[in-house]
Amino acid sequence: MRAIRTATLLALAAGLVPLAAQPAAAEFITVASTTSTENSGLFGHILPLFAAETGIEVRVLAQGTGQALETGRRGDADVVFVHARAQEEAFVAEGWGVARLDVMYNDFVLVGPAEDPAGIAAAETAPTAMAAVAAAEAPFASRGDDSGTHVAEMALWSAAGIQPQGRWYLSTGSGMGATLNVAAQVPAYTLADRATWLSFANRGPLQILFEGDPVLFNPYGVILVNPERHPHVKAAEGQVFIDWLVSEAGQQAIAGFTIEGEQLFFPAAR
Amino acid sequence: MGAGPARMRPEGALRAGILPLRLDGVGYAVAGRALLSDLTLTLRPGRRLVILGPNGAGKSLLLRLCHGLIQPTSGRRIWADGSARPASQAMVFQRPVLLRRTVAANIAFPLALRGIGRAARREQVARTLERFGLTALAHRPARLLSGGEQQRLAMARAGAMAPEVLFLDEPCASLDPAATRVIEEMILTLSAEGTTIVASTHDLGQARRLAEDVAFLHRGRLVEAGPAAAFFTGCRSPEARAFLNGDLVW
Amino acid sequence: MESPLVTALALLSGEDPALMQIIGLSLRVTLSAVLIASVIALPLGAALALARFPGRNIVIVFFNALMGLPPVVAGLLVYLALSRSGPLGSLALLFTPTAMIVAQTVLIVPIILSLTRSVVEDLWAEYSEQLTSLGAGRLRAVPTLLWDGRVSLLTGILAGFGRASAEVGAVLIVGGNIAGHTRTMTTAITLETSRGNLGLAVALGIVLLGLTLILNALAWSAGQWARGRLG
Repeated sequence: MRAIRTATLLALAAGLVPLAAQPAAAEFITVASTTSTENSGLFGHILPLFAAETGIEVRVLAQGTGQALETGRRGDADVVFVHARAQEEAFVAEGWGVARLDVMYNDFVLVGPAEDPAGIAAAETAPTAMAAVAAAEAPFASRGDDSGTHVAEMALWSAAGIQPQGRWYLSTGSGMGATLNVAAQVPAYTLADRATWLSFANRGPLQILFEGDPVLFNPYGVILVNPERHPHVKAAEGQVFIDWLVSEAGQQAIAGFTIEGEQLFFPAAR
Repeated sequence: MGAGPARMRPEGALRAGILPLRLDGVGYAVAGRALLSDLTLTLRPGRRLVILGPNGAGKSLLLRLCHGLIQPTSGRRIWADGSARPASQAMVFQRPVLLRRTVAANIAFPLALRGIGRAARREQVARTLERFGLTALAHRPARLLSGGEQQRLAMARAGAMAPEVLFLDEPCASLDPAATRVIEEMILTLSAEGTTIVASTHDLGQARRLAEDVAFLHRGRLVEAGPAAAFFTGCRSPEARAFLNGDLVW
Repeated sequence: MESPLVTALALLSGEDPALMQIIGLSLRVTLSAVLIASVIALPLGAALALARFPGRNIVIVFFNALMGLPPVVAGLLVYLALSRSGPLGSLALLFTPTAMIVAQTVLIVPIILSLTRSVVEDLWAEYSEQLTSLGAGRLRAVPTLLWDGRVSLLTGILAGFGRASAEVGAVLIVGGNIAGHTRTMTTAITLETSRGNLGLAVALGIVLLGLTLILNALAWSAGQWARGRLG
């Protein structure tokens, strides 16, 4: 009876603890990307199409741009797919990435409480809208996490000649969704990528107050992590994914992703 | 003296005997306070020795010291086989600690510790249960037995180890008369089979029923030791006399 | 917004394969971590209860303090160890369920170890004379004390299970919350919260709470049964 008990326990243990080596049959690559692409549902739309065509499974890490680039730098991802052009170019220049390719863009929007206490809806440009918020000392929720959105926000403050600080400036240190949750509660202004905004369900009093300035253009680039730096990188499969993204099929898949009839990302591959 | 019981001892036990145990000027002190002092005593094989004395005289300490649970701080404890703590001994405590398992498993436990194989163990457990009338309780959880049954199990567990010497520390102190009678019968059975008995008690009636020899302790000192008959009829020390008279002694 | 309870029931009754996969992974990761941590921490905790060596008190305080280790910190340490740039990078374990099991094991070993030490120390006070008398040395006493303390030890293991099943910080960092691969109940709740799907997040929370309730009820009944049967 003791033997049976031992055998049962062992069987249980074997079933619970997955083997260290993953089954080799399924081919997969790891892509470090941003919350905006994953949380909006873009990957949920395009990855099955890619898998059907190539048989390659893509495992997506939804991180801030800064964290995603660090993941690539450490060799923990095969491909990086983010939206902060200057940082991406530095990543390639330092030899961590092979090359950066334009894939698509969307744009940032300034959202805030519908009554618009700082009056940014009337602003001519995005920097003047930001300046209006600062002048009114109206609450503003910042990502504060070195993400692509945060980098874009800092560029806008810089263009407006403002060093944002004070009780009105709330640095959440969180992802886009968490920051929108904060903004909806305060309520506060915030800069959001359109994709996350459109797929965000808990808007409360928030609505888009300013959009359309070309400086709010938000390009996404894709980079293969350099196999010379990290020999284990699945360069061949990663390149297949990148090639597909910028191919006719990939670009159509991206353009075909809509929420409530609205297209979220626009093909940008040349 | 002692030839009777010794004759019934198993051959093997006689050959490789651990007894007599000699205590030579043994003392035990804690933080400079002497709890036992200058004890010289010999435990001879085959006898039933009862250690008598008022509460606090050091009876339990003496048993623990003989059994090897505590070490003397002065003097020497010498077993006949020369070992520091021979395996062929057992002890039954006033409040036995039974394992949270069945009665049978409690008896099997020390046998497993002694490296007895599974089949032999099962056979020995069955024999022990039978011998001490515990077969009906074999699969009952030990912790849920009555106090008397628990002490019977503790006796059986000790007996199953076939010790040359069995120490008993007030084995019936918390039992009713019926249970006490059963335990005393078990002690006499083991004694008749050749196990040397060393029991402490403050119950004079029990001492008269069990003792062949008596050692009388008072305030950590051995006041008198000798054959039971002589002790009960004509003890020499005033402390022992007062104790036998039922006076308060401390 | 629909009532989260209704959503939770709909989620479960719909037998959404993605949800079932998430529940299955959560249970597999957490139960594996509890199992491994128990195998490590029960004997070590018992040994720590019985052993006497210089610096023992420091070790005890150390493990007591580790019970409060923030999951994020445990996750970060495991992340740095398993990263391709870390010492164990060649195992390729980062962003796998195995990495999540490792991180949760790190989290709950101190809990089970410390509670085991405390339970076994108390038991040893009661048992030491008897076990020594029966011929069991300290080392041999370890399995005996663990077995006799099993009902109390179950509480420690349950505490470990609770911590592992509730935490999100460690599994998020080392698992990466990859859909269909390393997404657990807690990381899914985090994700749905960040997407503003608060109703769905609460519904998932209700499902998680229900699972925890069921497991605790089972363990409690087992403990009561053992208490009644074995005293």
